[in-house]
Amino acid sequence: MPVTDLANPTRFLALANRLIPWLGALTLIVFAYGIDRAMLAPDDYQQGATVKIMFLHVPSAWLGMLGWGVMTVAALGTLVWRHPLADVAAKAAAPIGAAFTLLCLVTGSLWGRPEWGTYWVWDARLTSELILLLLYLGVIAVWRTVEDPSRAARAVAVLTLVGAVDLPIIKFSVDWWNTLHQGSSVFRLGGSTIDPSILMPLFVMAIAFTLLFVTLQLAAMRNEILRRRVRTLRLMQASAVS
Amino acid sequence: MNPLAAILIRDMRIAIRVGGGALMGVLFFLVVVTLVPFAVGPDLALLKRIGPAILWLAALLASLLALDRLFTADHEDGSLDLILMGRAPLELVVAMKGIAHWLTTGLPLIIAAPLIGLFLNLDPPAEAALALTLLVGTPALTFIGMIGAAIAVTLRRGGLLLAVIVLPLTVPVLIFGVAAANAAVVGPVPFGTPFTILCALTLASIVVGPFAAAAALRQEME
Repeated sequence: MPVTDLANPTRFLALANRLIPWLGALTLIVFAYGIDRAMLAPDDYQQGATVKIMFLHVPSAWLGMLGWGVMTVAALGTLVWRHPLADVAAKAAAPIGAAFTLLCLVTGSLWGRPEWGTYWVWDARLTSELILLLLYLGVIAVWRTVEDPSRAARAVAVLTLVGAVDLPIIKFSVDWWNTLHQGSSVFRLGGSTIDPSILMPLFVMAIAFTLLFVTLQLAAMRNEILRRRVRTLRLMQASAVS
Repeated sequence: MNPLAAILIRDMRIAIRVGGGALMGVLFFLVVVTLVPFAVGPDLALLKRIGPAILWLAALLASLLALDRLFTADHEDGSLDLILMGRAPLELVVAMKGIAHWLTTGLPLIIAAPLIGLFLNLDPPAEAALALTLLVGTPALTFIGMIGAAIAVTLRRGGLLLAVIVLPLTVPVLIFGVAAANAAVVGPVPFGTPFTILCALTLASIVVGPFAAAAALRQEME
């Protein structure tokens, strides 16, 4: 089946219906393995058991940014090709990305309390992540304000592309500003500074989170397509009555 | 007359005449600044320290005030459709409207800021630095804000949505504007460091803003 066939919502629905149970099962298995690995990972010599928050915090931070990345690609699809499936993908990704960003902020806050002595500091990384959450909420607000979905999609697409400037700011905030949040420790020149015994479970958890994201994204896209069909049917019904 | 100059003059006339609300921004600015000492207490040392931040915040809110009318008024009376059909490039027309908006809302704030700064116990050097940062930074607020104004143009409750989507994007301008104003007075960073970043933010937003706003308008008005 060529990739272009996926552009047809009906084909997409058929594929999504087949994939979602398998992806869900795979997500569960990888999560089970990842949580097991994470629990068995040794405590940090300084932080003790609180280092385990990292296994939730870091993957959710990555996926919060991935969500906006998906929306950015979808925004190009909306503006360049006017593709309805791109609209659906953008709309589906927003609440999921917002949830992961919120999870990242909450876990980070709980981790910061024992390690930094405070739930929140106005550090560059924390602030840019909070702005990402606000941008997500703004995008969701646009979706909920504009009644016509395809018009909402185009408005959101412009806002998404502008908001994408926050992604590099988040990524490089720890390099540009010398503040409390630690610098890059997983992907950096000269290799990771994290011990393999902790890094391996982190990668498993990152894969599990990514699978969760993909599963949720497909399910949300499926729901959105069905919701739009219901909306169209209702509009047809309403115009038939009058 | 050149269509772009015509747009600029028209927008400024509309803003200055009855119902335009050009001076409403300054009044709002004054009211917000007046409220702060009631909220934090009339401690002059404290006001001196947080004065630049208050003035920047008030300027940010004041520049939002007129933004929701930037395209909505034209949309309501149909002139936006004429502009879209016109031969002048939409990006340039939008940029002109941005300049007109800044001249009628941003510039009066900058002129008023040193006077209002007196209420906050600011010294003359601090006031000069503050006025300079506002002069350089407020165009960025207009040109970032116009993107939100274009997105919200056809909405009935656009004003609230505008604030929600625009304010997060203005955070860098606020950070470097206040940082530059403070650096001029207390240090420790030299004034030039945050100030040049503020200039860069403004220049970038002048480039990005009209294109994004024009794209949003074309999409919205179909």
